[in-house]
Amino acid sequence: MERILSYPEAIREATEQEMLRDSSVVIFGQGVDDPKRILGTTKGLLERFGSERVFDTPLSEDGITGVAIGAALAGLRPINTHIRMDFMLLAMNQIINMAAKMRYMFGGVYRVPIVIRALIGKSWGQGAQHSQSIYPLFMNIPGLKIFVPSTPYDAKGCMITSIRDDNPVIFIEHRLLYYQKGYVPEKSYSVPFGKARILDKGKDVTLVGISQMVIECLRAKKYLQEVNIDAEVIDMVSLSPLDIDTVKNSVMKTEKLIIVDNAWTVCGAGSEIITRLIEMDVKMQVRRMGFAFVPCPTAPALEQHFYPDAKKIAMNAFNMLNPNKKEWQPNLELSIEEIEFKGPF
Amino acid sequence: MTIGSTLIERFYRSLYLIRRTEEEIVKIYPTDKIKSPVHLSIGQEFVSVGVIEALRCDDIVFGTYRGHAMYLAKTGNLRKMISELYGKITGCSKGKGGSMHLVDVDKGVMGTSAIVGTTIPLSVGYALGLKYKKSDSVVVSFFGDGAVDEGVFHESMNFAALKKLPILFVCENNKYAIHSYHINRHDSDNICERVKHYGMQVERIEDGDIFKIYNFTKNVIDSLRERDLGPVFLECVTCRWKEHVGPNDDFHLGYRDKEEVEWWKANDQLNKIRMMADDKTAKLIESVVEHEIADAFNFAEENTVYNEKEIYEDLFKE
Repeated sequence: MERILSYPEAIREATEQEMLRDSSVVIFGQGVDDPKRILGTTKGLLERFGSERVFDTPLSEDGITGVAIGAALAGLRPINTHIRMDFMLLAMNQIINMAAKMRYMFGGVYRVPIVIRALIGKSWGQGAQHSQSIYPLFMNIPGLKIFVPSTPYDAKGCMITSIRDDNPVIFIEHRLLYYQKGYVPEKSYSVPFGKARILDKGKDVTLVGISQMVIECLRAKKYLQEVNIDAEVIDMVSLSPLDIDTVKNSVMKTEKLIIVDNAWTVCGAGSEIITRLIEMDVKMQVRRMGFAFVPCPTAPALEQHFYPDAKKIAMNAFNMLNPNKKEWQPNLELSIEEIEFKGPF
Repeated sequence: MTIGSTLIERFYRSLYLIRRTEEEIVKIYPTDKIKSPVHLSIGQEFVSVGVIEALRCDDIVFGTYRGHAMYLAKTGNLRKMISELYGKITGCSKGKGGSMHLVDVDKGVMGTSAIVGTTIPLSVGYALGLKYKKSDSVVVSFFGDGAVDEGVFHESMNFAALKKLPILFVCENNKYAIHSYHINRHDSDNICERVKHYGMQVERIEDGDIFKIYNFTKNVIDSLRERDLGPVFLECVTCRWKEHVGPNDDFHLGYRDKEEVEWWKANDQLNKIRMMADDKTAKLIESVVEHEIADAFNFAEENTVYNEKEIYEDLFKE
């Protein structure tokens, strides 16, 4: 029988296995040892590894990021958690001025093995300061690596890769992905940086999703079957470095690309991917989708217009393929559970 | 407490090396061979020397863009430092850092930073790492009074005290953040008065006496090695003789009185130690140091060539 874990269970298992394997791995951040244990992702770690390796921190995001970098220089492999990605904005000085530059600025004498975990929020009135997804800011900075896994399988494999990597890694989780369940092998394995994943093959249009938008793209594919459109769904998995080749090969086949950013589209991942394809003279029709270019409102009636969703993606794809037909709306209602991605890998 | 002639010699060697190296930088700067903004330590050397002479080789120092004194006091490689200022691949940071980003990991000099306050939490993290590994090395974190204005300074003091880390914080209080005077930035000029509330031992040395700095550090470091003391904070009042950045005086700007600096010049620890030293020994030290400096500048003047791919090297550890 397939071994099924949830997304947070996969992160927890990766962390525990690496902490068992390597005593230099430590984890700290606000709430890692509190009753909720970062939505279960640090459950049992304190009991197993003790308070020297698993500890709560003051609300000092900039200082604690610096502590992580300093500890890494001393030979540890720290994981620092941010229960809200928005809180990372308080740590930008250390992340960008120090972590990203320590190796290069000192001619390669250092390695800086830190993992910075960041959780994105959505819905239930999270609002302007609990819903941000600032990965484009980090994509703009040389010296950082960025993972955005969407499946439990990748959550575990990417976490193991991140911990073992000798460079600063921003590991981006999305709270709605925490409901995902899927096949996760018990053994240790790593998922590489710079390799996107084709989650579902298709020939008519390429849907590229980032983080939770991967799930929306998978739902959109189901909607599109109603009108005989066969979408290929790609999960970027890694944003820095980017795997352009996988997207390129897909678009060479479909000639149509929709990139759904889990962020504002201005100077976003979609902008970057599309630009690189254009620079490679790929002939294609393109659409970018992402957050409405305003802060996230809390009222559900407004919030529904803030995010892309499966229906909007499907409608956009239909319109791309049928520019002369009148607008189409999917009839079917799909729940999140129907799109649970189960692998196999 | 008696100070043996050996310590005087060590003080003199280090103070003389730093002063003379920076005087050579001043001399050469108008030629534009140094492709880097320089924040000179002249006048402040005694803080680095007094503290670092009390350390072991395997102790660790973190510092700032005004870091020549700390680097040289910890006997960082002079050839590599001057080459770094010249923008050569033979520099300590392969010409990717410059004067503000000096490093010598083998000698325990951690990379210096050009963003005020940024190395303070790194030094705290390093101390956390040492404690975790049960090493008996200690960390010394150097910064200026400007850093005290930064939020991360307070975050770092709090965390170091919370975790009782083996670290000595050394605030070089030269009273100016660029040109902003300390009492225009703080309610009180006494930084120790504020820091002690974080829960650590504090000491303020106002008269620039290198022996006081050395003795205090020596005692503290021995206690820190025993692991139960927690962080200690040392505030050394001092004076920058030159302009904030660059090789010149800056009295024409009118933001400070020449008299302020004159008191410190009259109180110069280099002169004081020179007079305490045996004349013959001092002359020998001077001759050796002059040779080292000439050698370092000659080395930096040598032609070196970058491979054009070098710009993309060192971004990531593979």
